[in-house]
Amino acid sequence: MVIAERNTTKYKVIGTRPIRHDGVDKVTGRAQYGADITLPGTLFARVLRSPYAHARIVSIDTSRAAALPGVKAVITAKDLPAAADKIQDLGESAANLRELSDNVLASRKVLYRGHAVAAVAATNAHIAEEAITLIEVEYEVLPPVINVRDAMRDDAPLLHETLRTKSLAGMAEKPSNVAQHLQFSKGDIEQGFKDADIIVEREFTTVMVHQGYIEPQACSAHWNHDGRLSIYTSTQGAFPVRAQVAEILQLPVSKIKVTPTEIGGGFGGKIPVYLEPIASVLSRMTGKPVKIQMNRTEVFEATGPTSGSYIKCKIGAKKDGTLVAAEAMLAYEAGAYAGSAVGAGCMCIFAPYDIPNIKIDGYDVVVNKPKTAAYRAPGAPAAAFAGEQIIDELSEKTGTDPLQFRQQNASKEGVVQASGAKFNRVGHEECLQAALASPHYQTPLEGPNRGRGVSSGFWFNAGLKSSVSVSVNPDGTVSLVEGSTDIGGTRASLAMQLAETLGIASEDVKPSVVDTDSVGYNDVTGGSRTTFASGYAVYEAGMDIIRQLKERAAKIWESDADKVSYANGTLSLEGDASKTMTFKELSGRLMKTGAAITGRATVAPTGVGGAFSTQICDVEVDPDTGKVTVLRYTVVQDAGTAIHPAYVEGQMQGGAAQGIGWALNEEYFYDDSGRMVNSSYLDYRMPTALDLPMI
Amino acid sequence: MPQRMHIETTINEETVEFLCEGRQSLLEVLRDGLGLTGSKEGCNNGNCGACAVIMDGRVVNSCCVLGAEASGATIMTIEGLHGPNGLHPLQQAFLEEAALQCGICTPGFLIAAKALLDQNPNPDEHQIRYWLAGNLCRCTGYDKIIKAVQKAATTMNGGQTAPVAAEAGAR
Repeated sequence: MVIAERNTTKYKVIGTRPIRHDGVDKVTGRAQYGADITLPGTLFARVLRSPYAHARIVSIDTSRAAALPGVKAVITAKDLPAAADKIQDLGESAANLRELSDNVLASRKVLYRGHAVAAVAATNAHIAEEAITLIEVEYEVLPPVINVRDAMRDDAPLLHETLRTKSLAGMAEKPSNVAQHLQFSKGDIEQGFKDADIIVEREFTTVMVHQGYIEPQACSAHWNHDGRLSIYTSTQGAFPVRAQVAEILQLPVSKIKVTPTEIGGGFGGKIPVYLEPIASVLSRMTGKPVKIQMNRTEVFEATGPTSGSYIKCKIGAKKDGTLVAAEAMLAYEAGAYAGSAVGAGCMCIFAPYDIPNIKIDGYDVVVNKPKTAAYRAPGAPAAAFAGEQIIDELSEKTGTDPLQFRQQNASKEGVVQASGAKFNRVGHEECLQAALASPHYQTPLEGPNRGRGVSSGFWFNAGLKSSVSVSVNPDGTVSLVEGSTDIGGTRASLAMQLAETLGIASEDVKPSVVDTDSVGYNDVTGGSRTTFASGYAVYEAGMDIIRQLKERAAKIWESDADKVSYANGTLSLEGDASKTMTFKELSGRLMKTGAAITGRATVAPTGVGGAFSTQICDVEVDPDTGKVTVLRYTVVQDAGTAIHPAYVEGQMQGGAAQGIGWALNEEYFYDDSGRMVNSSYLDYRMPTALDLPMI
Repeated sequence: MPQRMHIETTINEETVEFLCEGRQSLLEVLRDGLGLTGSKEGCNNGNCGACAVIMDGRVVNSCCVLGAEASGATIMTIEGLHGPNGLHPLQQAFLEEAALQCGICTPGFLIAAKALLDQNPNPDEHQIRYWLAGNLCRCTGYDKIIKAVQKAATTMNGGQTAPVAAEAGAR
C-alpha cells in the first residue's frame, strides 16, 4: 500500500481515523443483519429451484406439499401479478421488470439451474425444506447453452423466442441470444493501424465469478391486514428494493416500507430483489410475517454473479511506443436475461490511454446461467484483463519499461474517450509516477520462477441521488439520519463530513441508517457514490444548520444574521469581540429561544471524478504443481481526498484480494448439462488469510 | 413433531437449558432458540467460520456441531467475549485498526483469534494467517485483521511486541 496522504491541515476531522460509529455493535455481535431479524409469529419459507439449466415448465402440482402438517402456504409464479414490460433503473444497473419478476419465480421456462419455481411457508424451516421436495414439477428439458461464444452461434438453442438483437441499425429480424450490439468509435481505425509499426492482437476469455459476500440473502416481510407491507432485508438500497417490489407486486410505493438491516457484504450483488416479493406474497396469503434466507449453494446458483466474457483485442503502436490505434470486440454473458455490464466494459477497456483511433464492439448475450448483477466496477475487470496484457506485450516489443510505456500514453485532462466524453482532471499519470517511485518497483525481483506484473484500470464512479436530515441535540451533538446502507464504514465517512462542516468532533455526530418512510430518497450504496453523494448531502444539510444557528445567535444578540459568522464550531458577531458562542453553548439554548433546529438536503450531484488505479504484483510459480504464490502486492489509486484513510485503504486491499481470487482460484465450473459443480465455498475457493501477502 | 431433547450446557459462563430436535445444529439453537444471533451463518457447512464458537477450549464451527452435543460443554460465543468492564483487547484492536468493513465475518474472526491467543500469546504473522485460514473475509483482504490480532497480542502481553515474521512486502 502506497500512502501519499495529501496535506490535509485545512481539515480537522477529514483525514483522521476515528473509530466507526457502528463499530462496537459489530465487534460484540449485536449488529442485526438480514437473517438476525425474526418478527413475532414468523413463518419460515424455502424456495424450490430448477434442477435443469434450460427447460419448459409443463405443470406444477403443489397439493402434496400443501397437505404437509405445518405448511401454511405455497406460491408459484401464478401468484405474482403480470409485471410491466419496462426498464427500471437500479442505480448501478437496470432491469426489465417483467424479466425481474420472471427471475423471482419462473413462469413458463426455467433458464438456469437454481431458477426459482415455487416456495413454501411453514412453521419452521425444516418443514418448509421437506415440503418443497413434495412439489411435483413436470419439465420438458431443453438443450442448454452455457458459454457466450456458443450462445452467439446461429444454430444455438434460444433462451427467449422473442429476443432480437438491438443495435444502432435498429432491431434485427431474427430471434437471437444476442440482446444488444453496442458500437463505439473514434478517429479512423483503418488509417490508425496503417500508421502502426507494431500490432498485437490476442483473444481472451474470462469466466463467471461471484461477489462472494459472506452473508447470504435474507429477508422478512409482513403484509399487514390494512394493506401495508413491511420488508426487512439485507440490501445495498432500500429505495430500489421498494421500487422493484412495488412494480413486481403492482403496489403503490407508499404501501411499502423497506427497512435495511446491516448488510454483510454486497459488492454490487445485493441490488436486485430475489426473495422479497416471495416473502411478501406468502405473508399476504398467511397473514403472518414470513422469513426467507438463502443457503450458500442458492447464493452461488441463483443470485447475480458477474459475466464470463470473450474479448478479442488489437492495439497498434509506433516504434517509439506511441499508441495509434485500438480495436476490441467484447462479448459478455448476461445470464438468463439481457443486461450485462458490457457497455461499461467497452467504455473502460481503452480509457487509461490517449489513443487517437478506436473501434469497439460490445455484445450482450443471454446464456443458461443466473442473471448477472453488478460486481465491483461492473464490466471493467474483464476488459482491463484483456487490454492491459496487450499493452504489456507492446511495451516489451518496443523495449520500454511497462510503467513508462503506460505513462507515455496515459489519459489526461482533455483526452476524448471512446464514448465521446472528455476526461476532466484525472490521476492516471500520478498513479503511474507513484508506482514507478514505489519501494516495491524500485526493488528488483530476484529468484527463479518469479515474475512481476503491472496493470492500470479505470472506473467512472457515480453520483445519483441522496437525501439526509440532521437535528441538533441540546447537549451539542447532532443526529444524522441517512438512507445509504453502510457496507464498509459510510456511517463514519458521512458523520465525519458533517462534523467537519459544523466544526465539531466526529463522536458528536450520531448517524442512523433508517427505513424508506423515515428519510428522503436515496439510491443504492454502490458505484463508489455514497461517501461522495451522500457526503455532499451531509455538507448541504450542515450548511442549512449553520444558517439557522446564525439566525438564532442574531436573535439572542439582537443583531442581523448576516453579521454573524461561524467558524470552527464557534459563532461570533461582527464588530463585537465579546459576542461569541460555541456550537455546544447555542445548542443548549435552542429550546429556550425558539424552535429546535433541523437541517436537510437532497442532492443529485454532478462532477463525479473517474478513478484510475495502477497495481504491481510479484508472484512465484511452483513449476511442478503450478501453484502461484503472491509475494508482494502494491496498490496505487487516485482516491481523491480520503475522508477516513483506513477505510479507503480497506477498499483497495479488499479489491486487490478479490482480483487475486478472480485471477488465481475463483471460477464457476459448469458441466455440460449446465450444472455448477463447485457451488460451495470450499470448492469455489476464495482467498484465505494464508493465500495473501500484506497488500 | 419430532421428539425434542432436553440439553443443559454452559454458555458465556451461564448455565443454559434448551430443548432441541436431533437434526438441529448448535448454530441453529444459538440463533433461533437462544437469541444469540452474533454467531453468523455464511455457509452452514464449515467452510467460512462465521459461526465459530469456543467449545471446551477449542474453536468449532457451530454449524457443524449438533445442538445435542452441547450437553455438559462449556461454550463461549461472541456475546461472551467482552466483560462487564469493557471490550476485550481483540475487539478494541479490531475497532482501532479498522479490521472490519461489513462486519458479518467479524464475530467468527474474533472468536478464532481469541482461541489462538489463549493457546499462543505471541503468534507471528504466518501463525496468525495459518490459524485464521478457516475464516473467510471478503471485504478487507485480511491485512488489517492480521494487524489487529498482532496489536491485541501486544496489548495483552503488557506492551511487549510479538516477534514479527519476515514480510515479503514493505508497507
